[in-house]
Amino acid sequence: MINLLIRRIFYAVPIAFGVSVVCFSLVYLAPGDPLQTILPSDASAETIALVKAAYGFDQPLPIQFLKWLGRVMLGDFGQSIATRRPVSLEVMGALHNTATLALFAVPIAFSTGFSMGAIAGCFPGSWLDRLLTGTAVIGVSLPNYWFGIVLVILFAVEAMVLPATGMGANGSDGFSIFRWADARFMVLPVITLSMVPIGIIARSTRAAVSEVMGQDFVSTLRAKGLSEPAIIRHVLKNALPQVLAVMGLQFGYLMGGSILVETVFTWPGSGFLLSKAIINRDVPVLQGTILMLALIFVATNLLVDLAQSLIDPRIRRT
Amino acid sequence: MPYRGPRSTLATLILAAGLIGAAAPSQAESVLTVGMTAGDIPVTTGNPDQGFEGFRFVGYNLYDSLVLWDLSSADKASDIKPGLATSWEIDPANKKRWIFHLRQGVKWHDGCPFTADDVLWNLARVTDSKAPQYFTQQMALSRTYVTNFESAEKIDDSTVAINTKVVESLFPYSMSYLLMVSRCRAEELKYDWNAYAANPSGTGPYRFSRMVPHERLELLPNKEYWNKDRIPRHDKLVLLPMPEAATRAAALMTGQINFIEAPAPDTIPRLKSAGMQIVTNKYPHNWPFILNFEHGPMTDIRVRRAANHALNRAEFVELLNGLATESYDTMPPSSPWYGHPMKYEFNQDKAKALLKEAGCVPCKLTLAISTSGSGQMQPLPMNELLKSQLEAVGFQIEFKVMDWNSLIEIARSGVPKYPNIDGYNGSRALLDPLSALIKPVWKFHWSPAGSNWGHFFSQDAEDLITAILNEFDADKRLALLIKLHELHAEQALMIFVVHDLNPRALSPKLKGFVQAQNWFQDLTPIEVMP
Repeated sequence: MINLLIRRIFYAVPIAFGVSVVCFSLVYLAPGDPLQTILPSDASAETIALVKAAYGFDQPLPIQFLKWLGRVMLGDFGQSIATRRPVSLEVMGALHNTATLALFAVPIAFSTGFSMGAIAGCFPGSWLDRLLTGTAVIGVSLPNYWFGIVLVILFAVEAMVLPATGMGANGSDGFSIFRWADARFMVLPVITLSMVPIGIIARSTRAAVSEVMGQDFVSTLRAKGLSEPAIIRHVLKNALPQVLAVMGLQFGYLMGGSILVETVFTWPGSGFLLSKAIINRDVPVLQGTILMLALIFVATNLLVDLAQSLIDPRIRRT
Repeated sequence: MPYRGPRSTLATLILAAGLIGAAAPSQAESVLTVGMTAGDIPVTTGNPDQGFEGFRFVGYNLYDSLVLWDLSSADKASDIKPGLATSWEIDPANKKRWIFHLRQGVKWHDGCPFTADDVLWNLARVTDSKAPQYFTQQMALSRTYVTNFESAEKIDDSTVAINTKVVESLFPYSMSYLLMVSRCRAEELKYDWNAYAANPSGTGPYRFSRMVPHERLELLPNKEYWNKDRIPRHDKLVLLPMPEAATRAAALMTGQINFIEAPAPDTIPRLKSAGMQIVTNKYPHNWPFILNFEHGPMTDIRVRRAANHALNRAEFVELLNGLATESYDTMPPSSPWYGHPMKYEFNQDKAKALLKEAGCVPCKLTLAISTSGSGQMQPLPMNELLKSQLEAVGFQIEFKVMDWNSLIEIARSGVPKYPNIDGYNGSRALLDPLSALIKPVWKFHWSPAGSNWGHFFSQDAEDLITAILNEFDADKRLALLIKLHELHAEQALMIFVVHDLNPRALSPKLKGFVQAQNWFQDLTPIEVMP
């Protein structure tokens, strides 16, 4: 197990380096100026050159990359061009806000999606299967941007039972999930955010469970006279490694914060931060946020690998 | 019940009075909460980012400039007026030397007095890289407005002279965009501009109260403001970035906020039915196509005129639910620089004949457009309509669709880098004569050095510009500016489409807002009713 852990961490290092190269260069592939946010739209070439030199954007890209990587290795992600605040502070603040949503969205999405998929997979072809699978397809297909706006219209504008946007009267400053006056701001974003993962996890679970249900060992278990609940327990355990992989990806998705959901609800999370950084071409924030999110994905995958090998000993041998 | 004596009765009465006092409703705090279209809080260290919206809500509220804009009337075109300078004039002996007389008795929010030295210090902050207060970010945000700045000197405690590189009669307009920050606060914070951003000090009608980065900025009335008519009539101003139009509208209808910028045209009927006030006014904005004068069909004036005759602008106004007016020229008719320009009425036969005469059939155009952006209105449906109208007379349109940032890159680089683009759709702020009328036709501003994107050149325009910049008599200069505007129209300088009407939606509880014909607005007269 220790060997597996070391091997997996070792694999993660080149992946993280590759991610850093990609996220650094990706932002330069997009057209636009990294200093757009602070330059008026009619800035002259002379002004642009002057400001580029002051911010170090006039240096060759490989030099910029090496300098950036050197700083990142020391934990310094640079400074936002727009706000001049340290990128690490910007990203950590946004991740904290996104994690606040994820804290509720993850259990809702995982438990609902898994339950729906497991029930559908245990009774393939039944009306219950069709109902749950149909619901899952709707969950995956609904654009969450549209769904969020519909929820706002229904529950905030018409019924006026929930707020439409933001994090409350003080913003994220002093926000508490234990205070209903604050927590009510989370209800609609959490529901919106959970919809897609519920659909994806339900479909994946259904596929995995129904596949396992068709395997020979299930017939053997039945022939041995095991009760249906006991058989289902075996089936779910065998289906779990596949479902875990999907859950891992969805956890990464939820931690990344949906740009669309956070924009609709003006929720100051990592997705909203990313969208602002893209619009403003705030390169340091963009690079820092993408890198942090990518590293979260890498770490999540690592944890999922370990969890899979704990559940299924065969994986440890690969 | 036994009588307990007068002492006990008195105590009961006092207690009852106290309870009544406690139960009486206290005067509720009146808060003006604005949903901005900006995606973030504009920077608070002087000149803001986020375009003119940054100036509108943060810049001109926290700070003042030597010259301000008159935002008091909805009925007349807005022009500059005295700010931290009470008056200014050109040195009769030197046409490159402006004398500014400073307002006396003005105090920064930190309590320090505003002085002539502060003006010099502020100018050095964005122009002198050796000065300790030099601040790169502010240099970038201010540079466009100080390109003609040469040097400054203090004449006495209440007078400064600013020397320009070239003679420019319009220089005071540039000074309206240079916001003054407190030297006292900057020195106290040892030029740590991040610390300054978190605790800014200006001379404006609002002072800083609190900020949650990216989420909200709270400002309080500056009760000591030098202009007593502009002391805010509400207890607090809260600014929230809300880039999504549907979110702003929903937040307004739920009462979370009470003032929103730019409601989408299709939400207007719903907002009206909910009792919201929809405020619109003419203002110096246009939504045109800026054209290529070096390469392609638009170098031929007949093609440019054909494109202008091809447009049925009333359909654009209808598409926008009436939130725009038809544009036939650079300026809206409400502008003092309007004059009597040529008007390209909708006439498909004339457009077809002009294209035939120019030998451009079908007339292929490649046009760059954005999916959204500051002042871009509803670019996708509007451009679909534009394409159908142009193609109805013989044009063949290919759109290069891109995000706003990519379009800005095209706008900045100009035709030298993008010779194959025949025009781009970029909304324009027509606030001052230099930006509105001069830069788009002046050879000195050929891209990428300036904002004459398509390299337009006309000797008549050059002569007029020279005359304008050398004319210090306001009436005579106005006559020249009108001529220059008429030249824009005569040359069919752009494909003119519409002028925006700058819609805003306000809660019915807000009173006193006057929407000036300007990109900037005065929020101070707004009262928030209980």
